[in-house]
Amino acid sequence: MAAAISIAGLRKSFRGQRVLDGIDLEVEAGTVLALLGPNGAGKTTLINILSTLVRADSGSARVGGADVATHPNRVRSMIGLTGQSAAVDQMLTGDENLRMMGRLFGLSRRAAAERSRELLSRLELSDSAHKRVKAYSGGMRRRLDLAISLIATPPILFLDEPTTGLDLRSRLELWQIIRSLGEDGVTVLLTTQYLEEADQLADRIAMLSGGVIVAIGTPADLKDQTGSEVVELRDSSGQLLREIQTDGTIRGLKLAINDFEAGALEGTVTLRRPSLEDVFLNLTSDQTMGVPA
Amino acid sequence: MTTTTEARPKLGFGAEEATFIGRSIRLSLRNPETLLMAVLLPVMIMLLFTFVFGGSIDPSGGYVDYVVPGIILLCAGFGASSTAVDVATDMETGIIDRFRTMQIRSWAVLTGHVVASLARNLLATGIVIGVAIAVGFRPTAGPIEWLGAIAVVALYILAITYLFAAIGLASGSPSAANGYGFILLFLPYLSSAFVRIETLPEWLRGVAEHQPLTPVIETIRGLLMGPAPEGVALVAVGWCLLILFLAVVWGAVMFRRKGGRR
Repeated sequence: MAAAISIAGLRKSFRGQRVLDGIDLEVEAGTVLALLGPNGAGKTTLINILSTLVRADSGSARVGGADVATHPNRVRSMIGLTGQSAAVDQMLTGDENLRMMGRLFGLSRRAAAERSRELLSRLELSDSAHKRVKAYSGGMRRRLDLAISLIATPPILFLDEPTTGLDLRSRLELWQIIRSLGEDGVTVLLTTQYLEEADQLADRIAMLSGGVIVAIGTPADLKDQTGSEVVELRDSSGQLLREIQTDGTIRGLKLAINDFEAGALEGTVTLRRPSLEDVFLNLTSDQTMGVPA
Repeated sequence: MTTTTEARPKLGFGAEEATFIGRSIRLSLRNPETLLMAVLLPVMIMLLFTFVFGGSIDPSGGYVDYVVPGIILLCAGFGASSTAVDVATDMETGIIDRFRTMQIRSWAVLTGHVVASLARNLLATGIVIGVAIAVGFRPTAGPIEWLGAIAVVALYILAITYLFAAIGLASGSPSAANGYGFILLFLPYLSSAFVRIETLPEWLRGVAEHQPLTPVIETIRGLLMGPAPEGVALVAVGWCLLILFLAVVWGAVMFRRKGGRR
């Protein structure tokens, strides 16, 4: 599969502060990649460079085969961007926002109205089409913002923290939509600070910390990297008695229980897979302590 | 799979401008409070000066004829200042960044705000002149002079609207941008708008004589009420063009520099 996005040696500083410190990354066409990292890790800066808003200091980035520095207009013709704040006009209705943007994407008046209707229905905003955005909830605004990004059916979509600050229901609704985009073959690069979001949506996850990618792989790969499963033995009150490393086989589990002295048979046994959280904390704490990853 | 590698069709000439002008006018109409304030405030100040201070400034009762040209500029300046808030709001919501990531002349978003401001302020100016005539303003101008006066007012509005658009780009937030509007509310007081320059203390006279508002006001006054001092119209137009030029350059630099500040 061809790379929809390829980044090599990308660096960027703001006022002497290094934000991106040599990023190398490839995103295959038609896949969803989640860029996971804490606040200030450089996620938004990377999206800004890829969407032609900010120029990198050095290194190169190609989006849909076009270089962002030398052919920004070609890149712009292939991307959609949904940022952290809903970039919509509050005083206009959802339908008016979409039709205006449709005109700017080169649609005729009729085609823009048609496309607006389609997208409002796809993102479940039809009931509020003629209400001013001011009256929309946070989740509805994000969906409208996403709808605008989809007007021109871009093959590559950047979503910068699409669900930050949303309630659970809105988040689940957006996840559903993002999944359906992935199924349609759109290449999605999304940033998030939520491990679960990355786990749920992404084919691959890149963990960004201190301006470098500290780990990359499928969610399963990353979990495996952090070691084996753990058997947790708890007494009847739920108090953790012991954690035993195991290899996940029945044999391993039997040995682990045998190893535990009799007398606590009223307790419970649980098997815990390493979570992305373990991976993440592991890698990012290394970073803050200055140990090279 | 929806992968299209060809660039999207280019928009027709002026399509962005038309869309953005439509957007800004619609946004203005959705914000009637701002529109109302832009008209009400200058009208109140005019009534205040005509009926409260007017009698003691000019006991003959002709003060309204003197003060209206200044009020017109005050009105225009105040109305244009809301452009700074509009542009700063667009920066803050990130909608300008969105325009930038599209294959369009994103700069045209400012053109939209400027043209809407021009339309809004000419309307407000018309209302102010209407009220002025109702309270006794009796201009001596013929049709040519009226056209000339409107042209000068329009040029002045254009220049300071661009200035406020640039201020909107440069200021960090809509509320910060709002503060700058008050500067233009004060400038007319230090000009020949309300009192004759000869009555000012000497050190203030220099400021009042050489600031851009005085020649603009004198030109409008000359056109509406009788002959203006020789050459003052040229100075007025020169000032407006200079402000316009500097504002466009500053705005262009700010627009380029402030990408990706979501």
